[in-house]
Amino acid sequence: MDLNFTGTDVCAINGTRSAPEAKYDLVVIGAGPSGIAAAIEGAANGASVLLVDENPVSGALMGNDTPLYFGGRMTAATQNSDRMLEAIFMSMPDLEKAMEAGVELLLGTTAWGVYRNGPGVQSLPEQVVGLADAERSWIVGFDRIVLATGARDLAIAFPGWNQPGVMGAAALQMLLSRYGAFSGRRIVVLGSHDLALETALLAKEHGLDVAALVEVRDDPQGDAALLAKVTAAGIATYYGQSIAASKGGLDGIESITLTDGTNIACDTVCVAIGLIPSIELVDAMHGPRALNAARGGYIPAGEANVAAVGLCAGLPDTGFDHVAYRMDWVRAALRVNAPDTIICQCEEVTLADLIGIQPPNYLPRPAAIQARSLDTLLDDGPANPDQIKRLTRSGMGVCQGRRCRDQVAMMLAIESDKPFGTIPLASHRAPVRPLPLKILAEWDEPAAMDAAWDVWFGIPTQWVPVEDIGTEYQDAHREMLYTGMYK
Amino acid sequence: MSGSEVVIVGGGVTGLSAGWWLARSGVKVTVLDKFIVGWEASGRNGGGASHYSSPLFDEEQRLWPQMDELLGYPTEHQKGRILIAMTERQWDQYRFIAERHTRLNHPVEVLDVKQVQDAVPLAGDNCFGGVHYKFGGHANPQRTVQAYAWALQDLGGKIIQHSPVTGFETAGGKVTAVKTANATYGCDAVVVAAGPQIPQLMAQLGVDVPLAAARAEMIITEPAPMMPLGGVDGHKIYGRQTLRGNLAYGGGPHEWLDVDATGPAARPSTPLARNLAKRLAELLPKAAHLNVIRSWAGVIENSPDGRPIIDRLTSPDNVVVASMSSVGFGLSPASGHAIRDLVIDGACSFTNIDLLKLSRFDGLEKDWREKRGWMPIA
Ligand SMILES: Cc1cc2nc3c(=O)[nH]c(=O)nc-3n(C[C@H](O)[C@H](O)[C@H](O)COP(=O)(O)OP(=O)(O)OC[C@H]3O[C@@H](n4cnc5c(N)ncnc54)[C@H](O)[C@@H]3O)c2cc1C
Repeated sequence: MDLNFTGTDVCAINGTRSAPEAKYDLVVIGAGPSGIAAAIEGAANGASVLLVDENPVSGALMGNDTPLYFGGRMTAATQNSDRMLEAIFMSMPDLEKAMEAGVELLLGTTAWGVYRNGPGVQSLPEQVVGLADAERSWIVGFDRIVLATGARDLAIAFPGWNQPGVMGAAALQMLLSRYGAFSGRRIVVLGSHDLALETALLAKEHGLDVAALVEVRDDPQGDAALLAKVTAAGIATYYGQSIAASKGGLDGIESITLTDGTNIACDTVCVAIGLIPSIELVDAMHGPRALNAARGGYIPAGEANVAAVGLCAGLPDTGFDHVAYRMDWVRAALRVNAPDTIICQCEEVTLADLIGIQPPNYLPRPAAIQARSLDTLLDDGPANPDQIKRLTRSGMGVCQGRRCRDQVAMMLAIESDKPFGTIPLASHRAPVRPLPLKILAEWDEPAAMDAAWDVWFGIPTQWVPVEDIGTEYQDAHREMLYTGMYK
Repeated sequence: MSGSEVVIVGGGVTGLSAGWWLARSGVKVTVLDKFIVGWEASGRNGGGASHYSSPLFDEEQRLWPQMDELLGYPTEHQKGRILIAMTERQWDQYRFIAERHTRLNHPVEVLDVKQVQDAVPLAGDNCFGGVHYKFGGHANPQRTVQAYAWALQDLGGKIIQHSPVTGFETAGGKVTAVKTANATYGCDAVVVAAGPQIPQLMAQLGVDVPLAAARAEMIITEPAPMMPLGGVDGHKIYGRQTLRGNLAYGGGPHEWLDVDATGPAARPSTPLARNLAKRLAELLPKAAHLNVIRSWAGVIENSPDGRPIIDRLTSPDNVVVASMSSVGFGLSPASGHAIRDLVIDGACSFTNIDLLKLSRFDGLEKDWREKRGWMPIA
């Protein structure tokens, strides 16, 4: 087969990608107070500014605990996106100011990936951010990007945590303050640091019954003034305790039992142990990040053109060691959770299977694999959450690891007797939010992309059956399957 | 060669399978990997195992159905594939492929739209028909990597991770040791199965191996209901339904790269995910509502003709080089067997692999990459 090379590989990516639909001097992701402020400041300096925020997210996403840990405690109001949109404007008066300042605002718009040329990729026409709303996805270019993506909920398993009514503090706060769409009545708050104290007080303010505040350490952790308010509000507090058991019904959690045997009736358990800076985009773009225990875990390490502001840049540093605190909760969880406690809800991975590095239930478990465990894996090198994800499937589900990623990392650190920071962070991948195929699809892709598209490399000699080499069939093969290849 | 020491550079499927085959023959095997087993292409691919273009095809087909049992660990291997045509042109092409398979005695059946939908309920009325391969199949790459690794260890082989090989010691026309930053591993024979880093390593032995590296991408959806046939290709994409139900798909333009001795600096995915999503939503319209939950990329090397290089050198004569030229996952049960044969017997026992000899590139133009346009974007 004579191939006449032209110096061009027509199946390479070169020059086939679409240009961004628009380009801005500044794109701000997240329209919380710090995102709005960054956008207004940019506009005031004469920059063209796009401000996007994924909220209101669809009811389906909320049901998958995305982006926050809603625990199925949304009222039907969250199905009405117009009402939700209105609620956002009502609760964020500065959004109007941003628009008046000339900021282009897109709500209900998710930023699912940031892309730029660098190691391993040089084919992007420019640096872009991928956006999507309920209808479609698209790409916009930027000179500078500010990530103001906030912080998300940290979940920590307890027996029965995988039922409706177990949720995170940021989700509860959003449902109460922003949407007025929380369906619970009587809540137990886990934690006693500022987040937990603030959550308990907020719940009280909204007329909820706060049945208890449960703290794993022997004394309260948060700000004394906040604690005084909680005490004054008559909220029962339990120290040196965690949840040892829970009961539930069709609607979810109904009561919990603490390690000392105390029973508490409740319809909601709000895990207010900590918030995780939302660094998904930074991590998925291979941006630098650093572990900072006083600022809530891994935070963006900062670089030119990519800034992080607000909680995404780290929780306020009060000198409190969030990592040590969370590790205490996880240690307690490892003590009380039965081996069959589900840790990854999406993929139904139990604690025993996680630590045993066992495959999911739909696969056989021959004797050899049952003899494998985290201990045997550690003989081969330090624990790597991505490898453990691949083997156990923990974190591989539709919530994209939002509910289990952080606790799994802590469990692996504890079980392998290593400080938390020595276990790498399980990688984030774009799209950093689940996006339906039909939304993600580039329906109007450039003709050049289609022209370059081959199922594999488009090398005509690669797939000729051995038997056909040097026969008439070889040319027929090339003719039929590779017309246009190497001209 | 029982009792002798073989060092394998590279813990991808090729090196691990070779190590497993050698360990089965009583050889003492040490696999060195720069990071974790299967971290490069071997853990990032489409899992397809239907390489009818290869001299290793019969052995690939013979072995896959037995692999779970032979290894003692699940690989998630599933038999059969289907190609679904979404355009008239593809329909012509796929029937051409079907005729060819029939001629070569590979069992295939041409399916009408209704039959396609019976086998692949996520397919729509928008297809022209399909070709069902009653051979080939797919497996879970990550599980397969680990299965080889564990099976090799169960036979007494060693895997040393986080240990990039930096060079070799030679004496008397043989490699006598393999070096990493911290240790030197004496050996009677070496297998270099380091994927895109093969050229740099082999250059240290004075051997030119023409390979060019490129990046390719995939996406995966949340689980869909299990289909009778999960190995669904067509519409110029390839992929599989995992046993969990997820749809994992790749295809489309690649990006040529320069990869240095330390390996790929990063494996970024790009907005190509959108073009993959488009084709998958067209191929399986009843899956169009499913969420894409991840995308990723892997780096693979290609030889000038796109075919593997599996060869034992004449000098130094105890070195086997093995690049699978971007089609090495499915072939791994067979490539490992061939490598074992080359190391122990000096020749492949089950098929003629002359086609895969390095010497076919003797006299290759210096600018073979430029000629093909296989150059990184400047
Ligand atoms: C997106 C994608 C889809 C694909 N789809 C398919 C498919 O469907 N079917 C199929 O058959 N194939 C497919 N492939 C190709 C297949 O993945 C590869 O051909 C195969 O995995 C190659 O295996 P390998 O062991 O030869 O190389 P690799 O997997 O690249 O392994 C080489 C190993 O060597 C190690 N290494 C490198 N340098 C050194 C050093 N100096 N010291 C120590 N260790 C070193 C690396 O860390 C790596 O682990 C696909 C590839 C990609 C990227």
